[in-house]
Amino acid sequence: MITYEWLYVLAGAAFAVWAALSAKDGRWGNAALWALLSASFLLGSHLSDMANGVLVLALVAIAGLGGLKRSDPLTTSPQERQAHAESLGNRLFLPALVVPLTAVAGTLLYNYTPFGETGLFEARRETLILFGIGVLAALAGAMLWLRPPLLAPAEEGRRLIDSIGWAAILPQMLAALGAVFALAGVGEIIGGIAGGIIPEGSVFLTVVVFALGMAGFTMIMGNAFAAFPVVAAAIGIPLLIETYDGNPAVIGAVGMLAGFCGTLLTPMAANFNIVPAALLELKDQNAVIRQQVGTAVPLLVCNIVIIYVGAFWLWN
Amino acid sequence: MNYWPLAGIAIVVLGFALRFNPLLVVVSAALATGVLAGLDLLAVIEALGKAFNDNRYISVTWIILPVIGLLERYGLQQRARAVIEGMRGATMGKLLVAYLAFRQIASALGMKDIGGHPQAVRPLVAPMAEAAAMKTHGDLDEAARDEVKAMAAATDNVGLFFGEDIFFAIASILLIQGVFEAAGYPLTPLELSVWAIPTAICAFLIHAGRILAFDRRLGRAGK
Repeated sequence: MITYEWLYVLAGAAFAVWAALSAKDGRWGNAALWALLSASFLLGSHLSDMANGVLVLALVAIAGLGGLKRSDPLTTSPQERQAHAESLGNRLFLPALVVPLTAVAGTLLYNYTPFGETGLFEARRETLILFGIGVLAALAGAMLWLRPPLLAPAEEGRRLIDSIGWAAILPQMLAALGAVFALAGVGEIIGGIAGGIIPEGSVFLTVVVFALGMAGFTMIMGNAFAAFPVVAAAIGIPLLIETYDGNPAVIGAVGMLAGFCGTLLTPMAANFNIVPAALLELKDQNAVIRQQVGTAVPLLVCNIVIIYVGAFWLWN
Repeated sequence: MNYWPLAGIAIVVLGFALRFNPLLVVVSAALATGVLAGLDLLAVIEALGKAFNDNRYISVTWIILPVIGLLERYGLQQRARAVIEGMRGATMGKLLVAYLAFRQIASALGMKDIGGHPQAVRPLVAPMAEAAAMKTHGDLDEAARDEVKAMAAATDNVGLFFGEDIFFAIASILLIQGVFEAAGYPLTPLELSVWAIPTAICAFLIHAGRILAFDRRLGRAGK
Protein backbone atom coordinates (compact mmCIF):
# COMPACT_ATOMS: atom_id res chain seq x y z
CA MET A 1 0.00 0.00 0.00
CA ILE A 2 1.29 3.46 -0.92
CA THR A 3 1.18 5.79 2.07
CA TYR A 4 2.23 9.35 2.87
CA GLU A 5 5.61 7.91 3.92
CA TRP A 6 6.38 7.40 0.21
CA LEU A 7 5.65 11.07 -0.47
CA TYR A 8 7.85 12.04 2.47
CA VAL A 9 10.74 10.05 0.99
CA LEU A 10 10.20 11.84 -2.34
CA ALA A 11 10.06 15.29 -0.72
CA GLY A 12 12.98 14.42 1.56
CA ALA A 13 15.04 13.45 -1.49
CA ALA A 14 14.13 16.71 -3.29
CA PHE A 15 15.14 18.84 -0.29
CA ALA A 16 18.35 16.78 0.16
CA VAL A 17 19.31 17.54 -3.45
CA TRP A 18 18.54 21.25 -2.92
CA ALA A 19 20.64 21.19 0.27
CA ALA A 20 23.58 19.58 -1.57
CA LEU A 21 23.38 22.04 -4.47
CA SER A 22 23.17 24.97 -2.03
CA ALA A 23 26.27 23.70 -0.19
CA LYS A 24 28.13 23.35 -3.48
CA ASP A 25 27.12 26.94 -4.23
CA GLY A 26 28.47 28.12 -0.85
CA ARG A 27 25.02 29.17 0.45
CA TRP A 28 25.36 27.55 3.87
CA GLY A 29 22.21 28.98 5.42
CA ASN A 30 20.08 27.58 2.60
CA ALA A 31 21.95 24.27 2.72
CA ALA A 32 21.37 23.92 6.48
CA LEU A 33 17.66 24.80 6.27
CA TRP A 34 16.86 22.46 3.39
CA ALA A 35 18.97 19.69 4.99
CA LEU A 36 16.98 19.97 8.23
CA LEU A 37 13.71 19.91 6.31
CA SER A 38 14.95 16.88 4.38
CA ALA A 39 15.80 15.18 7.69
CA SER A 40 12.29 15.97 8.93
CA PHE A 41 10.76 14.28 5.87
CA LEU A 42 13.07 11.26 5.83
CA LEU A 43 13.48 10.59 9.57
CA GLY A 44 10.58 12.44 11.22
CA SER A 45 8.46 9.33 11.68
CA HIS A 46 11.28 7.60 13.55
CA LEU A 47 12.41 10.52 15.73
CA SER A 48 11.01 11.23 19.20
CA ASP A 49 8.63 14.18 19.64
CA MET A 50 11.43 15.96 21.50
CA ALA A 51 13.89 15.48 18.63
CA ASN A 52 11.28 16.78 16.17
CA GLY A 53 10.68 19.75 18.48
CA VAL A 54 14.39 20.58 18.58
CA LEU A 55 14.46 20.25 14.77
CA VAL A 56 11.65 22.84 14.54
CA LEU A 57 13.53 25.23 16.83
CA ALA A 58 16.68 24.82 14.71
CA LEU A 59 14.73 25.47 11.46
CA VAL A 60 13.24 28.62 12.93
CA ALA A 61 16.58 29.81 14.30
CA ILE A 62 18.19 29.58 10.83
CA ALA A 63 15.25 31.25 9.08
CA GLY A 64 14.68 33.84 11.82
CA LEU A 65 18.31 34.94 11.81
CA GLY A 66 18.14 35.63 8.08
CA GLY A 67 20.25 32.65 7.04
CA LEU A 68 18.41 32.26 3.74
CA LYS A 69 19.46 33.92 0.51
CA ARG A 70 18.08 33.89 -3.00
CA SER A 71 20.12 31.89 -5.50
CA ASP A 72 20.83 32.28 -9.19
CA PRO A 73 21.68 28.87 -10.62
CA LEU A 74 22.78 28.75 -14.25
CA THR A 75 19.68 28.87 -16.46
CA THR A 76 18.58 29.98 -19.92
CA SER A 77 18.75 33.65 -20.96
CA PRO A 78 15.57 35.68 -21.54
CA GLN A 79 16.30 35.59 -25.31
CA GLU A 80 16.58 31.79 -25.31
CA ARG A 81 13.36 31.54 -23.31
CA GLN A 82 11.56 33.79 -25.77
CA ALA A 83 12.78 31.65 -28.67
CA HIS A 84 11.73 28.42 -26.94
CA ALA A 85 8.34 29.90 -26.02
CA GLU A 86 7.73 30.80 -29.67
CA SER A 87 8.72 27.41 -31.05
CA LEU A 88 7.01 25.31 -28.33
CA GLY A 89 3.81 27.39 -28.15
CA ASN A 90 0.95 26.48 -25.87
CA ARG A 91 2.21 22.91 -25.58
CA LEU A 92 4.39 24.33 -22.77
CA PHE A 93 1.33 24.32 -20.52
CA LEU A 94 0.72 20.59 -21.03
CA PRO A 95 3.23 19.14 -18.53
CA ALA A 96 1.84 21.48 -15.86
CA LEU A 97 -1.68 20.20 -16.65
CA VAL A 98 -0.60 16.58 -16.24
CA VAL A 99 -0.35 17.09 -12.48
CA PRO A 100 -3.93 18.17 -11.64
CA LEU A 101 -5.36 15.83 -14.30
CA THR A 102 -3.58 12.80 -12.84
CA ALA A 103 -4.69 13.70 -9.33
CA VAL A 104 -8.33 14.52 -10.08
CA ALA A 105 -8.95 11.76 -12.65
CA GLY A 106 -7.07 9.27 -10.48
CA THR A 107 -9.07 10.18 -7.40
CA LEU A 108 -12.37 9.80 -9.26
CA LEU A 109 -11.31 6.44 -10.70
CA TYR A 110 -10.10 5.26 -7.32
CA ASN A 111 -13.33 6.20 -5.58
CA TYR A 112 -15.90 5.24 -8.20
CA THR A 113 -14.49 2.20 -10.00
CA PRO A 114 -13.26 -1.25 -8.87
CA PHE A 115 -9.74 0.23 -9.02
CA GLY A 116 -10.39 1.40 -5.45
CA GLU A 117 -10.86 -2.14 -4.21
CA THR A 118 -7.20 -2.85 -4.89
CA GLY A 119 -6.41 -0.85 -1.76
CA LEU A 120 -3.36 0.53 -3.54
CA PHE A 121 -3.42 3.82 -1.62
CA GLU A 122 -3.76 4.64 2.07
CA ALA A 123 -7.38 5.59 2.82
CA ARG A 124 -8.28 9.28 2.28
CA ARG A 125 -4.70 9.95 1.12
CA GLU A 126 -5.14 9.07 -2.54
CA THR A 127 -5.36 12.62 -3.94
CA LEU A 128 -2.07 13.87 -2.57
CA ILE A 129 -0.34 10.58 -3.42
CA LEU A 130 -1.69 10.85 -6.97
CA PHE A 131 -0.43 14.44 -7.03
CA GLY A 132 3.05 13.02 -6.31
CA ILE A 133 2.64 10.47 -9.10
CA GLY A 134 1.46 13.27 -11.42
CA VAL A 135 4.55 15.31 -10.60
CA LEU A 136 6.82 12.37 -11.43
CA ALA A 137 4.94 11.73 -14.68
CA ALA A 138 5.08 15.40 -15.69
CA LEU A 139 8.77 15.57 -14.86
CA ALA A 140 9.58 12.41 -16.82
CA GLY A 141 7.51 13.62 -19.78
CA ALA A 142 9.11 17.07 -19.78
CA MET A 143 12.61 15.57 -19.53
CA LEU A 144 12.00 13.26 -22.51
CA TRP A 145 10.38 16.04 -24.54
CA LEU A 146 12.71 18.95 -23.81
CA ARG A 147 15.96 17.02 -23.19
CA PRO A 148 17.50 19.53 -20.76
CA PRO A 149 20.75 18.83 -18.88
CA LEU A 150 20.18 16.14 -16.25
CA LEU A 151 20.56 18.53 -13.30
CA ALA A 152 18.31 21.22 -14.82
CA PRO A 153 15.08 20.34 -12.94
CA ALA A 154 16.96 20.23 -9.62
CA GLU A 155 18.64 23.59 -10.24
CA GLU A 156 15.45 25.25 -11.54
CA GLY A 157 13.58 23.88 -8.52
CA ARG A 158 16.26 25.30 -6.23
CA ARG A 159 15.94 28.71 -7.87
CA LEU A 160 12.22 28.67 -7.06
CA ILE A 161 12.43 27.23 -3.51
CA ASP A 162 15.15 29.75 -2.61
CA SER A 163 12.98 32.60 -3.89
CA ILE A 164 10.12 31.33 -1.70
CA GLY A 165 12.51 30.93 1.23
CA TRP A 166 11.21 30.58 4.78
CA ALA A 167 7.63 31.14 3.56
CA ALA A 168 7.78 27.56 2.24
CA ILE A 169 7.31 26.13 5.73
CA LEU A 170 5.03 28.83 7.18
CA PRO A 171 1.75 26.97 6.47
CA GLN A 172 3.06 23.78 8.09
CA MET A 173 4.26 25.82 11.08
CA LEU A 174 0.86 27.53 11.38
CA ALA A 175 -0.88 24.16 11.39
CA ALA A 176 1.45 23.15 14.23
CA LEU A 177 0.53 26.39 16.04
CA GLY A 178 -3.13 25.41 15.64
CA ALA A 179 -2.40 22.08 17.33
CA VAL A 180 -0.67 23.81 20.26
CA PHE A 181 -3.60 26.25 20.54
CA ALA A 182 -5.94 23.27 20.70
CA LEU A 183 -3.81 21.64 23.41
CA ALA A 184 -3.74 24.86 25.45
CA GLY A 185 -7.52 25.20 25.18
CA VAL A 186 -7.45 28.52 23.29
CA GLY A 187 -10.54 27.49 21.34
CA GLU A 188 -12.55 26.83 24.48
CA ILE A 189 -11.54 30.18 25.98
CA ILE A 190 -12.52 32.26 22.94
CA GLY A 191 -15.47 30.00 22.23
CA GLY A 192 -16.63 30.77 25.78
CA ILE A 193 -16.29 34.51 25.21
CA ALA A 194 -17.92 34.32 21.76
CA GLY A 195 -20.68 32.09 23.12
CA GLY A 196 -21.49 34.84 25.64
CA ILE A 197 -21.84 37.41 22.86
CA ILE A 198 -23.67 35.38 20.21
CA PRO A 199 -27.29 34.68 21.15
CA GLU A 200 -27.58 30.99 21.94
CA GLY A 201 -29.08 28.84 19.22
CA SER A 202 -28.60 31.34 16.40
CA VAL A 203 -26.74 29.40 13.74
CA PHE A 204 -26.90 32.26 11.25
CA LEU A 205 -25.38 34.84 13.61
CA THR A 206 -22.64 32.38 14.54
CA VAL A 207 -21.83 31.95 10.83
CA VAL A 208 -21.71 35.75 10.49
CA VAL A 209 -19.36 36.09 13.48
CA PHE A 210 -17.17 33.27 12.13
CA ALA A 211 -16.81 34.83 8.68
CA LEU A 212 -16.31 38.36 10.05
CA GLY A 213 -13.81 36.93 12.53
CA MET A 214 -11.84 35.30 9.72
CA ALA A 215 -11.86 38.51 7.68
CA GLY A 216 -11.09 40.70 10.70
CA PHE A 217 -8.24 38.58 12.06
CA THR A 218 -6.83 38.35 8.53
CA MET A 219 -6.90 42.14 8.27
CA ILE A 220 -5.04 42.48 11.57
CA MET A 221 -2.49 39.78 10.79
CA GLY A 222 -2.25 40.44 7.05
CA ASN A 223 -2.45 36.71 6.45
CA ALA A 224 -5.45 34.38 6.26
CA PHE A 225 -3.22 31.37 6.99
CA ALA A 226 -2.34 32.81 10.40
CA ALA A 227 -5.92 33.74 11.18
CA PHE A 228 -7.35 30.33 10.27
CA PRO A 229 -6.07 28.16 13.17
CA VAL A 230 -7.17 30.84 15.65
CA VAL A 231 -10.69 31.41 14.34
CA ALA A 232 -11.26 27.72 13.59
CA ALA A 233 -10.30 26.83 17.16
CA ALA A 234 -12.42 29.66 18.57
CA ILE A 235 -15.67 29.54 16.61
CA GLY A 236 -15.52 27.22 13.60
CA ILE A 237 -14.89 23.94 15.38
CA PRO A 238 -16.44 24.37 18.86
CA LEU A 239 -19.57 26.24 17.80
CA LEU A 240 -20.36 25.66 14.13
CA ILE A 241 -19.27 22.02 13.98
CA GLU A 242 -19.62 20.64 17.50
CA THR A 243 -22.60 22.61 18.82
CA TYR A 244 -24.55 23.18 15.61
CA ASP A 245 -23.45 20.10 13.67
CA GLY A 246 -22.33 21.88 10.46
CA ASN A 247 -20.45 20.34 7.54
CA PRO A 248 -16.71 20.64 8.37
CA ALA A 249 -15.56 20.77 4.70
CA VAL A 250 -17.71 23.83 3.90
CA ILE A 251 -16.86 25.60 7.14
CA GLY A 252 -13.13 25.06 6.59
CA ALA A 253 -12.92 25.83 2.89
CA VAL A 254 -15.26 28.82 2.76
CA GLY A 255 -14.01 30.11 6.12
CA MET A 256 -10.55 30.39 4.57
CA LEU A 257 -12.04 32.24 1.58
CA ALA A 258 -13.78 34.67 3.95
CA GLY A 259 -10.29 35.33 5.26
CA PHE A 260 -9.09 36.01 1.70
CA CYS A 261 -11.75 38.76 1.50
CA GLY A 262 -9.97 40.30 4.49
CA THR A 263 -6.65 40.05 2.65
CA LEU A 264 -8.08 42.29 -0.09
CA LEU A 265 -8.87 44.96 2.51
CA THR A 266 -5.69 45.36 4.52
CA PRO A 267 -2.42 47.24 4.03
CA MET A 268 -0.89 44.55 6.28
CA ALA A 269 -0.94 42.20 3.25
CA ALA A 270 1.79 44.33 1.73
CA ASN A 271 2.83 41.91 -1.02
CA PHE A 272 -0.60 41.96 -2.59
CA ASN A 273 -1.78 45.47 -1.82
CA ILE A 274 1.08 47.89 -1.14
CA VAL A 275 3.91 46.48 -3.28
CA PRO A 276 1.85 46.65 -6.52
CA ALA A 277 0.89 50.27 -5.76
CA ALA A 278 4.60 51.01 -5.58
CA LEU A 279 5.39 48.89 -8.66
CA LEU A 280 2.78 50.79 -10.66
CA GLU A 281 3.94 54.15 -9.25
CA LEU A 282 0.49 55.06 -7.99
CA LYS A 283 0.15 58.31 -6.01
CA ASP A 284 -2.07 56.74 -3.36
CA GLN A 285 -0.47 53.70 -1.71
CA ASN A 286 -3.94 52.37 -0.83
CA ALA A 287 -5.25 52.72 -4.40
CA VAL A 288 -5.31 48.94 -4.97
CA ILE A 289 -7.23 48.34 -1.74
CA ARG A 290 -9.74 51.05 -2.74
CA GLN A 291 -10.45 49.17 -5.98
CA GLN A 292 -10.87 45.91 -4.02
CA VAL A 293 -13.36 47.07 -1.37
CA GLY A 294 -16.29 46.87 -3.77
CA THR A 295 -15.48 43.24 -4.56
CA ALA A 296 -14.39 42.06 -1.11
CA VAL A 297 -17.43 43.23 0.85
CA PRO A 298 -20.18 41.67 -1.33
CA LEU A 299 -18.03 38.54 -1.70
CA LEU A 300 -17.81 38.24 2.09
CA VAL A 301 -21.61 38.35 2.16
CA CYS A 302 -21.66 35.58 -0.49
CA ASN A 303 -19.32 33.50 1.66
CA ILE A 304 -21.61 33.89 4.67
CA VAL A 305 -24.55 32.70 2.57
CA ILE A 306 -22.53 29.81 1.10
CA ILE A 307 -21.48 28.61 4.57
CA TYR A 308 -25.02 28.94 5.92
CA VAL A 309 -26.61 27.13 2.98
CA GLY A 310 -23.85 24.58 2.30
CA ALA A 311 -22.89 23.67 5.83
CA PHE A 312 -26.35 23.68 7.45
CA TRP A 313 -29.29 23.70 5.01
CA LEU A 314 -27.95 21.18 2.50
CA TRP A 315 -26.13 19.17 5.15
CA ASN A 316 -28.92 18.48 7.63
CA MET B 1 -11.06 30.64 33.73
CA ASN B 2 -7.41 31.24 32.79
CA TYR B 3 -7.35 33.77 29.96
CA TRP B 4 -3.54 33.91 29.73
CA PRO B 5 -3.19 31.49 26.79
CA LEU B 6 -4.78 34.24 24.65
CA ALA B 7 -1.43 36.07 24.93
CA GLY B 8 -0.27 33.77 22.12
CA ILE B 9 -2.73 35.44 19.74
CA ALA B 10 -1.50 38.85 20.86
CA ILE B 11 2.07 37.74 20.12
CA VAL B 12 1.09 36.71 16.58
CA VAL B 13 -0.69 40.02 15.94
CA LEU B 14 2.12 42.15 17.41
CA GLY B 15 4.93 40.12 15.88
CA PHE B 16 3.41 40.36 12.41
CA ALA B 17 2.72 44.08 12.85
CA LEU B 18 6.33 44.71 13.91
CA ARG B 19 7.55 42.70 10.91
CA PHE B 20 9.55 40.10 12.80
CA ASN B 21 10.24 36.92 10.85
CA PRO B 22 6.85 35.14 10.79
CA LEU B 23 8.34 31.72 11.62
CA LEU B 24 9.94 33.22 14.73
CA VAL B 25 6.64 34.85 15.67
CA VAL B 26 4.64 31.65 15.22
CA VAL B 27 6.98 29.49 17.29
CA SER B 28 7.23 32.11 20.05
CA ALA B 29 3.44 32.28 20.14
CA ALA B 30 3.19 28.48 20.35
CA LEU B 31 5.70 28.24 23.22
CA ALA B 32 4.13 31.15 25.14
CA THR B 33 0.60 29.79 24.73
CA GLY B 34 1.56 26.36 26.00
CA VAL B 35 3.48 27.65 28.99
CA LEU B 36 0.76 30.16 29.95
CA ALA B 37 -1.78 27.34 29.80
CA GLY B 38 0.24 25.69 32.57
CA LEU B 39 2.15 23.15 30.48
CA ASP B 40 5.81 22.38 31.02
CA LEU B 41 8.13 24.08 28.46
CA LEU B 42 9.65 20.76 27.39
CA ALA B 43 6.16 19.30 26.94
CA VAL B 44 5.25 22.24 24.70
CA ILE B 45 8.37 21.70 22.56
CA GLU B 46 7.39 18.03 22.26
CA ALA B 47 3.84 18.96 21.27
CA LEU B 48 5.15 21.43 18.69
CA GLY B 49 7.55 18.83 17.28
CA LYS B 50 4.81 16.22 17.04
CA ALA B 51 2.38 18.66 15.39
CA PHE B 52 5.00 19.86 12.89
CA ASN B 53 5.83 16.25 12.06
CA ASP B 54 2.15 15.26 11.69
CA ASN B 55 1.62 18.13 9.22
CA ARG B 56 4.54 17.39 6.89
CA TYR B 57 2.16 16.66 4.03
CA ILE B 58 1.42 20.39 3.77
CA SER B 59 4.99 21.04 2.58
CA VAL B 60 5.05 18.03 0.24
CA THR B 61 3.48 20.23 -2.46
CA TRP B 62 6.87 21.85 -3.16
CA ILE B 63 7.92 18.75 -5.11
CA ILE B 64 6.13 20.39 -8.05
CA LEU B 65 8.80 23.12 -8.26
CA PRO B 66 11.24 21.18 -10.51
CA VAL B 67 8.44 20.75 -13.07
CA ILE B 68 7.46 24.44 -13.00
CA GLY B 69 11.10 25.55 -12.96
CA LEU B 70 11.92 23.34 -15.92
CA LEU B 71 8.99 24.74 -17.92
CA GLU B 72 10.11 28.27 -17.02
CA ARG B 73 13.54 27.40 -18.39
CA TYR B 74 11.81 26.75 -21.71
CA GLY B 75 9.76 29.95 -21.64
CA LEU B 76 6.56 29.21 -19.65
CA GLN B 77 6.40 32.83 -18.39
CA GLN B 78 7.08 34.18 -21.90
CA ARG B 79 4.32 31.96 -23.28
CA ALA B 80 1.91 33.23 -20.62
CA ARG B 81 2.85 36.78 -21.63
CA ALA B 82 2.01 35.97 -25.23
CA VAL B 83 -1.42 34.68 -24.15
CA ILE B 84 -2.06 37.89 -22.18
CA GLU B 85 -0.82 40.04 -25.08
CA GLY B 86 -3.28 38.19 -27.34
CA MET B 87 -6.07 39.85 -25.34
CA ARG B 88 -4.99 43.23 -26.77
CA GLY B 89 -7.31 45.25 -28.96
CA ALA B 90 -10.33 44.83 -26.75
CA THR B 91 -11.77 47.51 -24.48
CA MET B 92 -10.29 47.91 -20.99
CA GLY B 93 -13.33 46.18 -19.52
CA LYS B 94 -13.12 43.14 -21.80
CA LEU B 95 -9.35 42.91 -21.38
CA LEU B 96 -9.49 42.85 -17.57
CA VAL B 97 -12.42 40.43 -17.49
CA ALA B 98 -10.46 38.09 -19.81
CA TYR B 99 -7.40 38.41 -17.58
CA LEU B 100 -9.53 37.69 -14.50
CA ALA B 101 -10.79 34.47 -16.10
CA PHE B 102 -7.30 33.49 -17.25
CA ARG B 103 -5.82 34.10 -13.78
CA GLN B 104 -8.60 32.16 -12.02
CA ILE B 105 -8.39 29.17 -14.36
CA ALA B 106 -4.58 28.99 -14.34
CA SER B 107 -4.54 29.18 -10.51
CA ALA B 108 -7.26 26.54 -10.25
CA LEU B 109 -5.04 24.23 -12.32
CA GLY B 110 -2.07 24.80 -10.02
CA MET B 111 -0.26 27.45 -12.09
CA LYS B 112 -0.57 30.30 -9.64
CA ASP B 113 2.77 31.83 -10.59
CA ILE B 114 1.55 32.60 -14.09
CA GLY B 115 0.56 36.18 -13.49
CA GLY B 116 1.48 38.22 -10.44
CA HIS B 117 2.37 41.88 -9.97
CA PRO B 118 6.05 42.03 -10.94
CA GLN B 119 5.81 39.38 -13.71
CA ALA B 120 2.53 40.28 -15.41
CA VAL B 121 0.67 43.30 -14.01
CA ARG B 122 3.42 45.92 -14.20
CA PRO B 123 4.90 44.98 -17.57
CA LEU B 124 1.71 43.85 -19.34
CA VAL B 125 -1.75 44.04 -17.83
CA ALA B 126 -1.61 47.56 -16.38
CA PRO B 127 -0.09 49.24 -19.49
CA MET B 128 -2.47 47.33 -21.78
CA ALA B 129 -5.49 48.31 -19.66
CA GLU B 130 -4.35 51.93 -19.62
CA ALA B 131 -3.83 51.97 -23.40
CA ALA B 132 -7.23 50.34 -24.04
CA ALA B 133 -8.99 52.82 -21.75
CA MET B 134 -7.34 55.79 -23.51
CA LYS B 135 -8.27 54.35 -26.89
CA THR B 136 -11.97 54.13 -26.02
CA HIS B 137 -12.36 57.12 -23.74
CA GLY B 138 -9.76 59.57 -25.06
CA ASP B 139 -7.23 61.29 -22.84
CA LEU B 140 -7.69 60.49 -19.16
CA ASP B 141 -6.31 62.57 -16.32
CA GLU B 142 -3.67 61.11 -14.02
CA ALA B 143 -6.16 60.19 -11.29
CA ALA B 144 -8.25 58.16 -13.74
CA ARG B 145 -5.17 56.47 -15.19
CA ASP B 146 -4.08 55.52 -11.65
CA GLU B 147 -7.53 54.05 -11.05
CA VAL B 148 -7.21 51.91 -14.18
CA LYS B 149 -3.80 50.62 -13.12
CA ALA B 150 -5.02 49.93 -9.58
CA MET B 151 -7.98 48.01 -11.03
CA ALA B 152 -5.51 45.88 -13.04
CA ALA B 153 -3.61 45.02 -9.84
CA ALA B 154 -6.86 44.34 -7.98
CA THR B 155 -7.97 42.00 -10.78
CA ASP B 156 -4.77 39.99 -10.43
CA ASN B 157 -5.35 39.58 -6.67
CA VAL B 158 -9.01 38.60 -7.01
CA GLY B 159 -8.20 36.09 -9.76
CA LEU B 160 -5.46 34.47 -7.72
CA PHE B 161 -7.23 34.36 -4.35
CA PHE B 162 -10.48 32.95 -5.67
CA GLY B 163 -8.93 30.50 -8.12
CA GLU B 164 -6.06 28.91 -6.22
CA ASP B 165 -8.14 27.07 -3.61
CA ILE B 166 -9.84 25.03 -6.33
CA PHE B 167 -6.44 23.39 -6.76
CA PHE B 168 -6.32 20.84 -3.93
CA ALA B 169 -2.55 20.53 -3.53
CA ILE B 170 -2.08 24.04 -2.22
CA ALA B 171 -0.90 25.13 1.19
CA SER B 172 -4.16 26.80 2.24
CA ILE B 173 -6.26 23.69 1.53
CA LEU B 174 -3.79 21.40 3.27
CA LEU B 175 -3.57 23.81 6.21
CA ILE B 176 -7.35 23.56 6.62
CA GLN B 177 -7.03 19.78 6.43
CA GLY B 178 -4.26 19.81 9.05
CA VAL B 179 -6.13 22.01 11.52
CA PHE B 180 -9.35 19.99 11.17
CA GLU B 181 -7.58 16.65 11.38
CA ALA B 182 -5.86 17.72 14.62
CA ALA B 183 -9.30 18.61 15.98
CA GLY B 184 -10.67 15.16 15.09
CA TYR B 185 -12.33 15.93 11.73
CA PRO B 186 -10.46 14.11 8.95
CA LEU B 187 -11.20 15.54 5.49
CA THR B 188 -9.71 14.98 2.04
CA PRO B 189 -8.22 17.82 -0.04
CA LEU B 190 -10.81 17.38 -2.81
CA GLU B 191 -13.73 17.56 -0.35
CA LEU B 192 -12.39 20.98 0.64
CA SER B 193 -11.37 22.30 -2.76
CA VAL B 194 -14.76 21.68 -4.45
CA TRP B 195 -16.22 24.09 -1.90
CA ALA B 196 -13.97 26.82 -3.30
CA ILE B 197 -15.94 26.69 -6.56
CA PRO B 198 -19.13 28.56 -5.50
CA THR B 199 -17.06 31.44 -4.10
CA ALA B 200 -14.89 31.46 -7.25
CA ILE B 201 -18.01 31.89 -9.40
CA CYS B 202 -19.34 34.68 -7.15
CA ALA B 203 -15.94 36.40 -7.23
CA PHE B 204 -15.88 36.28 -11.02
CA LEU B 205 -19.41 37.66 -11.37
CA ILE B 206 -18.94 40.43 -8.81
CA HIS B 207 -15.52 41.56 -9.97
CA ALA B 208 -16.26 41.28 -13.70
CA GLY B 209 -19.43 43.31 -13.15
CA ARG B 210 -17.45 45.96 -11.31
CA ILE B 211 -14.79 46.12 -14.04
CA LEU B 212 -17.41 46.66 -16.74
CA ALA B 213 -19.23 49.26 -14.63
CA PHE B 214 -15.91 51.04 -14.07
CA ASP B 215 -15.27 51.09 -17.83
CA ARG B 216 -18.72 52.63 -18.43
CA ARG B 217 -18.17 55.19 -15.65
CA LEU B 218 -14.86 56.25 -17.26
CA GLY B 219 -16.71 56.71 -20.53
CA ARG B 220 -19.29 59.00 -18.94
CA ALA B 221 -16.61 61.02 -17.13
CA GLY B 222 -14.63 61.41 -20.36
CA LYS B 223 -17.53 62.88 -22.32
